[in-house]
Amino acid sequence: MLKYIGKRLLYILFSLFLIITATFFLMRAAPGGPFSGEKKLPPEIEKNLNEYYGLDRPWYSQYADYLGSVARWDFGPSFKYKGQTVNDMINNGFPVSFYLGMEALIFAVVFGILLGIIAALNHNKWKDYTAMVIAVLGISVPSFIMASLLQYIFAIKLHWLPVARWESFAHTILPALALGATPMAFIARLTRSSMLEVLANDYIRTAKAKGLSQLVITVKHAVRNALLPVVTYLGPLSAGILTGSFIIEKIFGIPGLGSHFVLSISNRDYTVIMGVTVFYSIILLTSVLLVDIAYGFIDPRIKLAGGKKGE
Amino acid sequence: MQQIPKEMFQPAAADHGEAERISKPSLSFWKDVFMRFRKNHLAMFGLVLLVILVLFAIFGPHMTKFDYRSNDYMNTNKPPSGTHWFGTDELGRDLFTRVWYGARISLFIGLAAALIDLFIGVLWGGIAGYRGGKTDDIMMRIADILWGVPYLLLVILLMVILDQGLGTMILAMTITGWINMSRIVRGEVLGLKNQEYVLAAQTLGAKTSRIMARHLIPNAMGPILVTMTLTIPSAIFTEAFLSYLGLGVPAPLASWGTMASDGVQALQYYPWRLFFPATFICLTIFAFNVVGDGMRDALDPRLRK
Repeated sequence: MLKYIGKRLLYILFSLFLIITATFFLMRAAPGGPFSGEKKLPPEIEKNLNEYYGLDRPWYSQYADYLGSVARWDFGPSFKYKGQTVNDMINNGFPVSFYLGMEALIFAVVFGILLGIIAALNHNKWKDYTAMVIAVLGISVPSFIMASLLQYIFAIKLHWLPVARWESFAHTILPALALGATPMAFIARLTRSSMLEVLANDYIRTAKAKGLSQLVITVKHAVRNALLPVVTYLGPLSAGILTGSFIIEKIFGIPGLGSHFVLSISNRDYTVIMGVTVFYSIILLTSVLLVDIAYGFIDPRIKLAGGKKGE
Repeated sequence: MQQIPKEMFQPAAADHGEAERISKPSLSFWKDVFMRFRKNHLAMFGLVLLVILVLFAIFGPHMTKFDYRSNDYMNTNKPPSGTHWFGTDELGRDLFTRVWYGARISLFIGLAAALIDLFIGVLWGGIAGYRGGKTDDIMMRIADILWGVPYLLLVILLMVILDQGLGTMILAMTITGWINMSRIVRGEVLGLKNQEYVLAAQTLGAKTSRIMARHLIPNAMGPILVTMTLTIPSAIFTEAFLSYLGLGVPAPLASWGTMASDGVQALQYYPWRLFFPATFICLTIFAFNVVGDGMRDALDPRLRK
């Protein structure tokens, strides 16, 4: 187990190194320097700025510097917002994004599993079809369209919920719904198909023969086994929620890390793009690892350490 | 012992007639798959939908007298009507023409990304799986590490750096997109390469490339096709996502993604500007998804209950 985790951590570190290197050189290759704006700066000032940020030094020294500072969890200053560092942005933005993401995650998992179970128990009946139509819709509608429609219908037309901003719990409902819709649909489909598979097993028939009620069979015998594929999906799911938040936060005016990231893209604020990319990658890679480890605990049949290569 | 005169014997008809005749034409694997696919109404519906969408993408832009890029400042933001079937946008461009022109671009992005993924993925996964050993180890480790790079972040990063355009978008999508395909192909090849017919081909002295092309890939075609079909909607999805972030194809080109994200800004006053592109994005993604699911079920009858 420990050996497995160690090996995985090594991979993660290597992936991260690759990502940092790639972002560093991609950003250097980007057209225009960080200070080239509409107004041309006087050459002396530009020279001073370059010196201040260390941009006048050769690339390898800058690269080594960047690697070192990332290892010390320092992503450098923002080029566009004076006095703000990328770390500030992460510290201010991430808690908001995390809260929203968790809400969406809970929504997606709870309703997705529920929908999947209902569909599987009523296989090929109208409840099954309704649940699957909802699921297919969730998969087919891009999140920005979903978010705009939700905002339009429930906030602008019906006035049930606030349109935007980040103040009370009511403000979080629509964004969480929009963010969780697609993952919910995926989970519903996954749960349904694995429930169908599990329900066809002999031990379910045994449980029925013993005279257990449908509820007990479903909750105690079927769901536990049917949920394994759903747990595997939680890794990619966190990626989906993270990247989905770029758009959702922009639409609902939420001051999270996602909207900082989007803003930095349109501002071409290269250090912020770099820093946030690296930060996101760390979060993603760790969450995938955590899911894999959790998987081993939930299903003791899966041995991590002795796993086949390439699995 | 009773004597039977020779005359009593009659030659049996050499032709065994009806009993031996195979009344049904023999079914190849793919015919069988298609028969199962045809029974799946939802998947067939998706297929028909796709055919219609593709036909409109080909002929739609020619069905009106407007072209996708000419502005008409007298007719801006007009609702759908007899002349402008889907209405017009803020520059007075005909939305019907633009929607179908956009269909070409969105479908092209999806198809091109899927084909490139297919090409690299099949080569990479096929070689890794067939060679095995050290080659496999190294090739799959490379894939694993690239797999760790968050897909959308990389795409965004590349789109920020490179000039916006169709080619860049497809490049950005395929740079790590092929890994999924290569893993699936490798898995298939690993299972297939120990089959007797591969051994037979090796014994007859067939070259690796021939074994791959004639024996391994055709037999892995099912999962490959399913993966490809499901890559297309995700590429269209990504395109829409990027367009919303302002990293889509540059104007005056129109893709569904750019049109929908323009439409979102105008939703309050001119809802049709979102309605048409959004509907077609959803229909297309829906159609590809149900066709892909249907294909997977048809290819693997054990999964069907």
